[in-house]
Amino acid sequence: MSSILLQVIVSGLLIGAVYALFSSGLTLIWGMMNVINFAHGDFVMLAMYTAFVVWTAFGGGPAASVPIAALILATVGVLSYFLLVRHVMKGPMLAQILGTFGLALLLRYSAFWYFGANFKTLPDNILGPPFVFGDIRIDAPRLLAGTVGLLVTLALHLILTRTALGSRMLAVSEDATAAQLMGIRPERMQAVAWALAAGSTGIAGALIATFFYTSPTVGETLAIVAFVTVAFGGFGSVPGALVAGLLIGVIEGLSAYLIGPVYKDVIVYTLFVLVLWTRPQGLMGKM
Amino acid sequence: MRRYLIPGALGALALAYPLLTMASPVYQRLGALVLLGAIGASAWNLIVGHAVFFGAGAYAAIGLYTHFGLPPIAGAPLGAAVAVLIAALIGVPTLRLSGHYFSMATIAVAELVRVLVTNWEWVGAAQGISGPAVPRAVLDLSFTSAMPYYYIFLAVLAAILFLTWRIEKSRMGFYLRAIKDSERAARSLGVAAGRYKLYAYMLSAGLTAVAGSLYAIMFGFVDPESGCGILISVKMLIMAALGGAGLLFGPLVGALILVPLEEISNSLLGGRGAGLTFVVYGAIIVIIARFLPSGILALFLSRRQQQPTPAAAAKPAAAEPSHAA
Repeated sequence: MSSILLQVIVSGLLIGAVYALFSSGLTLIWGMMNVINFAHGDFVMLAMYTAFVVWTAFGGGPAASVPIAALILATVGVLSYFLLVRHVMKGPMLAQILGTFGLALLLRYSAFWYFGANFKTLPDNILGPPFVFGDIRIDAPRLLAGTVGLLVTLALHLILTRTALGSRMLAVSEDATAAQLMGIRPERMQAVAWALAAGSTGIAGALIATFFYTSPTVGETLAIVAFVTVAFGGFGSVPGALVAGLLIGVIEGLSAYLIGPVYKDVIVYTLFVLVLWTRPQGLMGKM
Repeated sequence: MRRYLIPGALGALALAYPLLTMASPVYQRLGALVLLGAIGASAWNLIVGHAVFFGAGAYAAIGLYTHFGLPPIAGAPLGAAVAVLIAALIGVPTLRLSGHYFSMATIAVAELVRVLVTNWEWVGAAQGISGPAVPRAVLDLSFTSAMPYYYIFLAVLAAILFLTWRIEKSRMGFYLRAIKDSERAARSLGVAAGRYKLYAYMLSAGLTAVAGSLYAIMFGFVDPESGCGILISVKMLIMAALGGAGLLFGPLVGALILVPLEEISNSLLGGRGAGLTFVVYGAIIVIIARFLPSGILALFLSRRQQQPTPAAAAKPAAAEPSHAA
């Protein structure tokens, strides 16, 4: 295997781990309460601007911006749940789509209005020089983002499957009334789900900002990646999102390298449509 | 006789509107844009990926002019045919997917088409293509005044509303409502749910393409963002939902509110207005979804028909969430 190919695959896996992290939030909400958060990509955008503000205001790197973004986004998530989602969930499905789409527009164009349309970037050398392993070179921000992305996704999976909190959330998603009879408060668990989902999205966003341009519409692009990842992996499945995220990262990298950068989206979307047609429940989802 | 009074008066008002504007080009343009919005939103049916069909109509109109020198209006039937074909291609495999999966699939297809169009030289790639700069004949439908557009759009909107109304009263309309209430129950009574959903989807696609052609004819220009961008789908969806999705005049009411709002905030807020316009847009949508999930028109209808409350009326839909979208 040529070293360039190896480099492409490693970079693909690293970016894939970040995809997996911010898709996990989407899949968690979808699986738990059958709501698609169309503002999810704009949550990522908000976290990216948080990282940018942390840098320009007091020169803080990812060590400061990641926890700050996680906190801010978790708050945004809980607020969205209590002020909007909790209510639109009771209405027809169109109201759910409208509600989160409206939220997406609100966030996206508030950012546009406040920060302007120009791309913002953090300095390239914010984390020092690239790492060199034999023939391959990896930029420090990407290495950090990929590693943290992988670890936080796994942690999220463990919280959902190995803790009492996770069991309570699962109980609410399976039957909210029965869970309530067992002394679990459904609304509190759903709020926790929004905090976890938006918080992990915040971590992902702050990490992405270290190597990707930040603009008001960046969320649109990232949201589609997240939708593809979630549908690919199966709705409600964090491990599915992880596998799908890594796979999409590598496929994107390979098709950009072998066919041309313009066509990487075409390949990914085509693959997505094919998966939906042949296996609508996704790789690891249950119908 | 009285039941024809209000619709008749509104119809007369619509016909006379351009004359009442004192020949002010701004208001005539506004009227034309409202009608165009209403056409798109009336064609809107059940999903968020409609930009594909809008783009098919817009590109067919301008493309026929650019490559074959035909008047853009000749592209409208072609665009509609292409859109119906695409709808069948997308619909057959995806309509059996439930709720969210279906919206996802259509969004993905819409993005796929947008990326393809952006890289396709024949349709002008990222720069887009333009219609006739100077009208060669009346058939080019290129006017400086907005008044002719107003009447063209009014006629098209009336035709679409009439068609929708006929369908609602027909067997197919009853089937579609049955499917919407409960697909399983409709199937058990022998309604070919998949087939009728596909018909509705194809019809909606064709009409959306017509809206796209009209847009392209009025503005004489189309590029990937204005033809296939996600905002196109969102706007159609919002107008329909604001007025009352599934109601005949819902989309028109939505357009009557949102289009002037957009134009006013654009002109008042100047250069940075585009951003603020959509902040307002977003806020309005959130508020409607939160407090009026069934749309503005539903509020009046439920009062007149002595239905219990909008919340109670929305309940059956909540019990069967996967079929509404």
